[in-house]
Amino acid sequence: MKAFTDLYLELDLSQGTKQKVSALKEYFLETPPEDAVHALAFLSGKRPSRVVKTTQLREWMAEFSGYPLWLVEECYDHAGDLAETLSLLKKPPSQIKEYSLGSMVNEILLPMQNLEDGEKKRRVFELWDSLGRHESFVFHKLLTGGFRVGVAKNLVIRGLSVAYNLPEAILAHRMAGEWPITAQFFEKLVSPEQGEEISPGQPYPFFLAHALTESEEQELRKEIKDLVFEWKWDGIRGQLIKRAGEVMIWSRGDEAVTESFPEIADSASSLPDGTVLDGEILAWKQGAPLSFFDLQRRLGRKSVGKKLLTEVPVKFIAYDLLEDEGRDMREVPLRQRRERLQNVVASPLADESFCINLSHSLDVQHWSDVQRFREQAREEQREGIMIKRLSSSYGSGRKKGAWWKWKVEPYTFDAVLLYAQKGHGRRAGVYTDYTFAVWDNDGNLVPVTKAYSGLTDADFRKVDAFIRKNTVDRFGPVRSVKPQLVFELAFEGVRESSRHKSGIAMRFPRMKRLREDKTPREVDSLRSLQKLIKK
Amino acid sequence: MPLIELTERGIYCSVGDFYIDPSRPVKKAIITHAHSDHARPGSKAYLCAESCRELLALRLQKGATIETVRFGDEIQIGDATVSLHPAGHILGSSQIRIEHGGNVCVVSGDYKLQQDHSCEAFEPVRCDHFVTEATFALPLYRWEAEENVFKDIHTWWQRNQQESRTSIIYAYALGKTQRILAGLHSDIGPIGLHGSALQFLAPYKNQGVKFPSVLSANATNADALRSKGLVLAPPSAMKESWLKKFGACSEAFASGWMQVRGKRRMRALDRGFVISDHVDWDGILETIEATGAQHITATHGDSAVLVRYLQEKGYRADALEITDRAPTSSFSNEADSV
Repeated sequence: MKAFTDLYLELDLSQGTKQKVSALKEYFLETPPEDAVHALAFLSGKRPSRVVKTTQLREWMAEFSGYPLWLVEECYDHAGDLAETLSLLKKPPSQIKEYSLGSMVNEILLPMQNLEDGEKKRRVFELWDSLGRHESFVFHKLLTGGFRVGVAKNLVIRGLSVAYNLPEAILAHRMAGEWPITAQFFEKLVSPEQGEEISPGQPYPFFLAHALTESEEQELRKEIKDLVFEWKWDGIRGQLIKRAGEVMIWSRGDEAVTESFPEIADSASSLPDGTVLDGEILAWKQGAPLSFFDLQRRLGRKSVGKKLLTEVPVKFIAYDLLEDEGRDMREVPLRQRRERLQNVVASPLADESFCINLSHSLDVQHWSDVQRFREQAREEQREGIMIKRLSSSYGSGRKKGAWWKWKVEPYTFDAVLLYAQKGHGRRAGVYTDYTFAVWDNDGNLVPVTKAYSGLTDADFRKVDAFIRKNTVDRFGPVRSVKPQLVFELAFEGVRESSRHKSGIAMRFPRMKRLREDKTPREVDSLRSLQKLIKK
Repeated sequence: MPLIELTERGIYCSVGDFYIDPSRPVKKAIITHAHSDHARPGSKAYLCAESCRELLALRLQKGATIETVRFGDEIQIGDATVSLHPAGHILGSSQIRIEHGGNVCVVSGDYKLQQDHSCEAFEPVRCDHFVTEATFALPLYRWEAEENVFKDIHTWWQRNQQESRTSIIYAYALGKTQRILAGLHSDIGPIGLHGSALQFLAPYKNQGVKFPSVLSANATNADALRSKGLVLAPPSAMKESWLKKFGACSEAFASGWMQVRGKRRMRALDRGFVISDHVDWDGILETIEATGAQHITATHGDSAVLVRYLQEKGYRADALEITDRAPTSSFSNEADSV
């Protein structure tokens, strides 16, 4: 636990990538595989499931520390992180015990799942009395399943790559998809490169696009001939694998989602063995995509009923070919990959019942065509335009200079701040979570959305001060404030919602900026937002 | 009749006709310590502890009338018997003891119980009514022994040297800076001091506080400090171009607020050293016990929490909300003074 706690704190504290990578390298070199594999799992986002309820932990801490429960709650509200609150409230241990990370998971956390509450509490008390402050913090994170560190997966891969002198691409590939949390897996993962053996279901790491900047736009104007343009589809990214007679569909979160999309799996079974496609899963009906809201009804399901299959059918829109007749195509230039892709996807009967389509390239002669397509994108239920270099290979992670996304401009509207709540983690103790309102037909302010992101720290500071000075009422942790501060908000779409008082729900709302030049009288009307609902 | 009351100018004692740390000019002001939110210019006459005098003079108008008194000596002001007692916050910081008609009230000002080589140690004073600060009045705040924090600082400094980075610690210019300076091992490397803190060194030295030798952290000394030195600077120097001359840096913040991760991360610095010149939760309770007071008044910070806690323990407890001070949030610069 000590080594992993030190690593956690180092990753949490250091600001520079270099320091993080070097901390990861040291840890992975010095830690036995049976512990390192758990660290790898946590750091790459595989969360342990929650063993105890967070309310229980607060009550137990009140009992353990002798503080009244309300005081424990006050502390939690102040620190904004339960694991940390508990570690700061507990008294120092009477006797420190060392646990390895592997034994902490296998001998303490996992067996606890099936215990009675009383027995769980007894064990937690025992650990509180034997773990140091920082070790207990990590223990609480594991216990509540709330384990999140500020490192991206590719940083972990880089640390491993430096430690074991292996190319990042190889490591990313070995770690893609699902893997067992065992010492054997870790040993295999860091073993020297020698003709990669891939299990039939193993996906390739996804290649990601960058948002197009203005200066890049100027550059790319001169290179139209070397680029291919496609729609940026408004669905979820997927990788479709057909090997040894089996079909697998993976999401970008390294989740196997084959069961959620049986009609795609069905169509894929007619693809030749040794085929891997990269593409987008979309809700699709009568030759056109449905909205993302529709697609959401199909996500996260282990089985899909007949009704839903008819109401929200899906399609896989393929835009890249990663494996062709068993051959890894990722180093082959996109131009050739696309040519082959057209043949692979077009080979079976191209009728409506076949659920795999090609993402056609857009017919672009001049840059003005690109702009025109981008303007049309919203009407056509697309998110924007993808721009790819024809000479590009298929990399892993987000690399510059090969693929770009150019999203449509978001919708915007002005709304007034009505409620606020303190944030968590980095924003602990600061009012950063806001509810906004617009005018309804009767001249009342009606809450339409919450938003948490988009402001600079300096703006959050300003708004925090405003909220403290203009609080009208308090409902538990929520404050209502004088409706005075106007914000411009951006969002991607609106749909009807019976669960919201306003009758509408927004997609990806965020704050664009403070509008101190505007008064609450000038904010938008509910009617203008309702008009945006797509029937 | 309580011996003190809150007015729009600050804490007022009517039997002695004086104010404690008034926020506006008054006839007679007793000053607990020389931080700028406690020591304001414009009053006719000031009273403070002897060791506070020189620091206080830096805050006031030229030629201000400053009377001093030795710790523990009783003086008569109007109908009140007044004495000053060490508060352990910064050099010359005092608690104010007021006695009248058999009643004793002590106003703590800011205080701490922890060891600090740069100022007089806190002494609890028996009283009936104790006015305590509550800046860190949550059980989350329990300070580590000072020596452990210094061990961490020295380890971090040496590691930065190995990686050829200059170590920067942001700390409030008066009090915190001198406290850290007095505890640093100068054999590790050269120590630099930002210009704003230099002026406060002489008053400390004149009271016999020992410091390692320091360089002014200016362009002339940048070569000497770069990649091996440790520089102390006020939080206002954070993210300023001032830093560039020291090359690659590791930046740390020294404050009690650094106990909480979220507040540390909000600052986006490499390290947060939990070192505060305010009393922690256990320290407040310990002090209340030692004063023997049954009436407790809390000021600053999380006073509502402390008041409720004490009331549940059977104390008569209330809060004195002194406004006209920066709010208690990790965002405000108030955090810089703690």
